[in-house]
Formats: sequence, C-alpha cells, structure tokens
Amino acid sequence: MGPIGLTHYLVVAALMFALGVAVVLTRRNAIAVLCGLELMLNAAALNFVAFNRFGSPERMDGQVFTVFIMTLAAAEAATILAIVLNIYHSMNTVRVDEVDSMKE
Amino acid sequence: MDWSTIMWWVMAAVTVIPAVMIVLSKDIVRLAFWLLASLTGVAGLYILLGADFLGFTQVLVYIGGIMVLILFGIMMTNRDAVLMRRGETTGGAMLTGVVIAAATALALLKVVKDTKWKEAAPVEMPATTARVGEALLTDYVLPFELVSVLLLIVLCGAAYIARRRPEET
Repeated sequence: MGPIGLTHYLVVAALMFALGVAVVLTRRNAIAVLCGLELMLNAAALNFVAFNRFGSPERMDGQVFTVFIMTLAAAEAATILAIVLNIYHSMNTVRVDEVDSMKE
Repeated sequence: MDWSTIMWWVMAAVTVIPAVMIVLSKDIVRLAFWLLASLTGVAGLYILLGADFLGFTQVLVYIGGIMVLILFGIMMTNRDAVLMRRGETTGGAMLTGVVIAAATALALLKVVKDTKWKEAAPVEMPATTARVGEALLTDYVLPFELVSVLLLIVLCGAAYIARRRPEET
C-alpha cells in the first residue's frame, strides 16, 4: 500500500464530502441537514491541511485557512440553530420541505 | 507498516465509517453522535498531518462547541419523535440523493486519481501553534479582524433571532 501520501488524504476528504452531500439531499430535518453541512466543511478543511502539509510545509496558509473555516462553521451553526428554533416556535416543524413561507 | 501508517488507517476508518452511519441512521440523536465520532477522526488526521494546533482546536470547537449546540437544537425541537421521523427518507428522494452523492464521489475520486499532484518530500513538522499565531497576526491580520467582528455580529444576531418574543410567552 506504500507510505501515506497526499492522495490518501484527498480520498478520505472526497468520501466525506460525498457523504455530506448524501445527508443534505436525503434528510428532511433541518438539524440533520446542518450535520451534513458540517461534514462537507470538514472535508474541505482537511484538504486545505493536506495540501499545506504536502504542498508547501514551510508556510502556514492552509492551516490558517482551516482556522477561518472552523470560525465560520461555528458562526454558521449558531445562526442556523437560532433560525431553526424560531421556525419551530412559529410553525411547529423543523422539516425543510414543510417550511414554505417567510412569515407565519 | 510503521505505527503512523497504522494510525492513519485507524483514523481514516474513524472518519469515514461514522460518516456512512450518518447517512444510514434513522434517529436524529444517533446521527449527532455519529457526527461527533467522524469529527474526532478528522482531529486525529490533523494531528497525523503535523497540524497539532488544528487538531486540538477541532476537539475544542467542534466537539466541545458545535456538537453541544446541535444537541441543544435537537432537544429543543424534538417534542414528538414520530413527527421528527415522519417521511424522513422517502424512496424517491433517497434514490435521487444517493445517485447525486455517488456521482459527486466518483467525480472527485477521478480528479484525485488522474491529477499529477505536486508533492514535496515529507518533512518533520515542527510544532505549529506559534507559526499559526504569527501568520494570523502578520499576513492574515485583516481577515482575522474581520472574522472577530463577524463573530460579534453573529453572537448578537443569533441571540436576537432565537429570543422568545414577549407576547408569545
């Protein structure tokens, strides 16, 4: 199988991303869709770190980008959950296909 | 195989197998815990890549922060288990989703396989925390400040959106 190289990490990230796509497309629960989004974001972040390690290990660009991705993922999760809670209070559902209007 | 290769396969399995279980699990709480396992695997892969700071940040931010948020969200909206599960994965939507995801996976794997990646010889990575901090405060100081302002805005916005309005309580 040889030593672990760049392509090993890229394959893991590709599988994670595709599974995230599957979760986003097959789930109806808004929180489950958020979990799929987190999987996809993590796959992208893993690619950044892998390219940093095998592309130019003397610089830190990929890792700094991953720090930003984590920050934005946290902000995104907080915003989405606030919106989901609000929708749940006003429409009594968290299913993405039942929310079809912008107000009550 | 040396120990780092073995650890890589373990961490790759810890990342990918729970991700498959996320797609398959019916229960939203189990889904959240499979996500936790998968994100732990990613933290392990970061550490194997020599990114020790990112590995520990992943544990702190995702497993300590985002997972708790998601579990709170599930608990505050999961009043009726039947309602949560009703029509969760219908046949047609399931098929479409799986086909699109499989096509995505095949396309990505083909790109990974066919491209000639420029690959530097593996070197010993020194501890990265100081270097990440230095990069954040020199080359990336503007995005760093912007992100901190964004976090403040998100904090206020999320609290504003999620509050209960006085007339509803």
